[in-house]
Amino acid sequence: MKVLVAVKRVIDYNVKIRVKADNTGVETANVKMSMNPFDEIAVEEAIRMKEKGAATEVIAFSAGPAQCQETIRTALAMGADRGVLVQTDAELQPLAVAKLLKAVVDKEQPGLVIVGKQAIDDDSNQTGQMLAALLGWSQGTFANKLNVADGSVEVKREVDGGLENIKIKMPAVITTDLRLNEPRYASLPNIMKAKKKPIETLAPDALGVDVAPRLKTLKVEEPPKRKAGIKVKTVAELVDKLKNEAGVI
Amino acid sequence: MGVLVVAAHDGKAVRANVANAVTAASQMDPDVTVLVAGSNCDDAAKSAASIAGVTKVLQADDAAYANWLAEDIAPLVVKLAPNYSHVVMAADSVGKNIAPRVAALLDVAQVSEAIQVVSPDTFVRPIYAGNAMATVQTADKIKIVTVRPTNFKAAAGGGSAAIEKIGGEGAKGLSSYVGAELSKSERPELTSAKIVVSGGRGLQSGENFKMLETLADKLGAGLGASRAAVDAGYVPNDYQVGQTGKVVAPDLYIAIGISGAIQHLAGMKDSKTIVAINKDEDAPIFQVADYGLVGDLFQLVPELTAAIEKK
Repeated sequence: MKVLVAVKRVIDYNVKIRVKADNTGVETANVKMSMNPFDEIAVEEAIRMKEKGAATEVIAFSAGPAQCQETIRTALAMGADRGVLVQTDAELQPLAVAKLLKAVVDKEQPGLVIVGKQAIDDDSNQTGQMLAALLGWSQGTFANKLNVADGSVEVKREVDGGLENIKIKMPAVITTDLRLNEPRYASLPNIMKAKKKPIETLAPDALGVDVAPRLKTLKVEEPPKRKAGIKVKTVAELVDKLKNEAGVI
Repeated sequence: MGVLVVAAHDGKAVRANVANAVTAASQMDPDVTVLVAGSNCDDAAKSAASIAGVTKVLQADDAAYANWLAEDIAPLVVKLAPNYSHVVMAADSVGKNIAPRVAALLDVAQVSEAIQVVSPDTFVRPIYAGNAMATVQTADKIKIVTVRPTNFKAAAGGGSAAIEKIGGEGAKGLSSYVGAELSKSERPELTSAKIVVSGGRGLQSGENFKMLETLADKLGAGLGASRAAVDAGYVPNDYQVGQTGKVVAPDLYIAIGISGAIQHLAGMKDSKTIVAINKDEDAPIFQVADYGLVGDLFQLVPELTAAIEKK
């Protein structure tokens, strides 16, 4: 069974982002970029499946500008076998990415697609569910634990009240939550090896996908700033402030 | 055309956040229909009908809907959607699971976690863990929107909308429900609690969280945690407050032993009053706290618990 993972290039999670002065977006020039952390978990899960013999090949997919090659290389260094990059400088929204993924899935015929539950830049939490819909496949979202057996996947999901167990038919789309696994770091020899692994580059047109954005971003602004308050010295002072100043207890 | 609000429920009543979603929906169009899909969901449908501002309730009873599997619920919503200008769900684990599946089946975009309705086609939503606010406009004929409940007032009760029973679409056979391991708690639900007590890595163990439970019980508060505390196994995943966990906006948020990573702040910075207790006076949590108390939490928390009169 092939497993396809999708990896997104995003601003590194440690970077304090800045809104552009003209309010058209967020400053990305000269900012450290990394793989979306939830996608690292997806890559790790796929590699573990291969190590256990449940998967035969792990394909890392990305979509975006040429620099997404680096993100795919990171997945290859972790242990993925080869990459597919749909290269475009156009703005890509979740529905468009799901359509690009579907086109690649139609070609590659994986048994599972594993993606991060959300990207930490646009925080949409849509692509995996949309892909499952377009393929007519089942979906195991917010996965905390996976068990692949006999043409189905048992998925433990992180939900509002705790955890939920479902069983879904394969082929399926999985979206990862934080506790699914702890992604490995790529070793230096594996980083070197990854440079020789193949990455196929495709264009959206060649896949017959219209990636035109459906949502128009009118403006991007700083959120209202919360002012730092005061430091109190004692518990008694805190309780007094909460009672008589804030009136919350 | 009106708005279709898809309501999650437990069989007896719709979730509390449906009243918030109805408020958001009524800002898009005052004609609000609520869909209650489930198995034997008469009571849930009645609870939806009692939300003020709801024009009509559609009750779809089908064994296939008992456990809210996305593969089975989405086709029902897709069938109904063309009668409406908007489909709205609360941005909780149910809405996040189902809404994008509906959107893709309709070939339309989704606006995730709207915090403000600017106009029927324009919404404000947080991006980058709430460190930027994007105003987005959709030209799609059917607009799929998930809304962040804490940013919309809950609609009042006392409504008496008509309930119309509609048929179900049956099960697609793609997925099945096995069971749940839900956290049992007598405490108020995190996202609707008036007061939230939250703990982080500074607690050092799950055992030490008991100290926060005592404080929470005295305050009648819900109990939350930072990602670090959940990852360390101190508390279950559903305690997590933050960018990828739950978003809360109580009247009072008490952060104990939480340093205040931006991912955590994303989930609580809309709280009315924030208190931080941390031994590190440079911890970022103090930059958003109204009242900061620097010191050893193992000494300060019992002291605080003792100082608060039981409600």
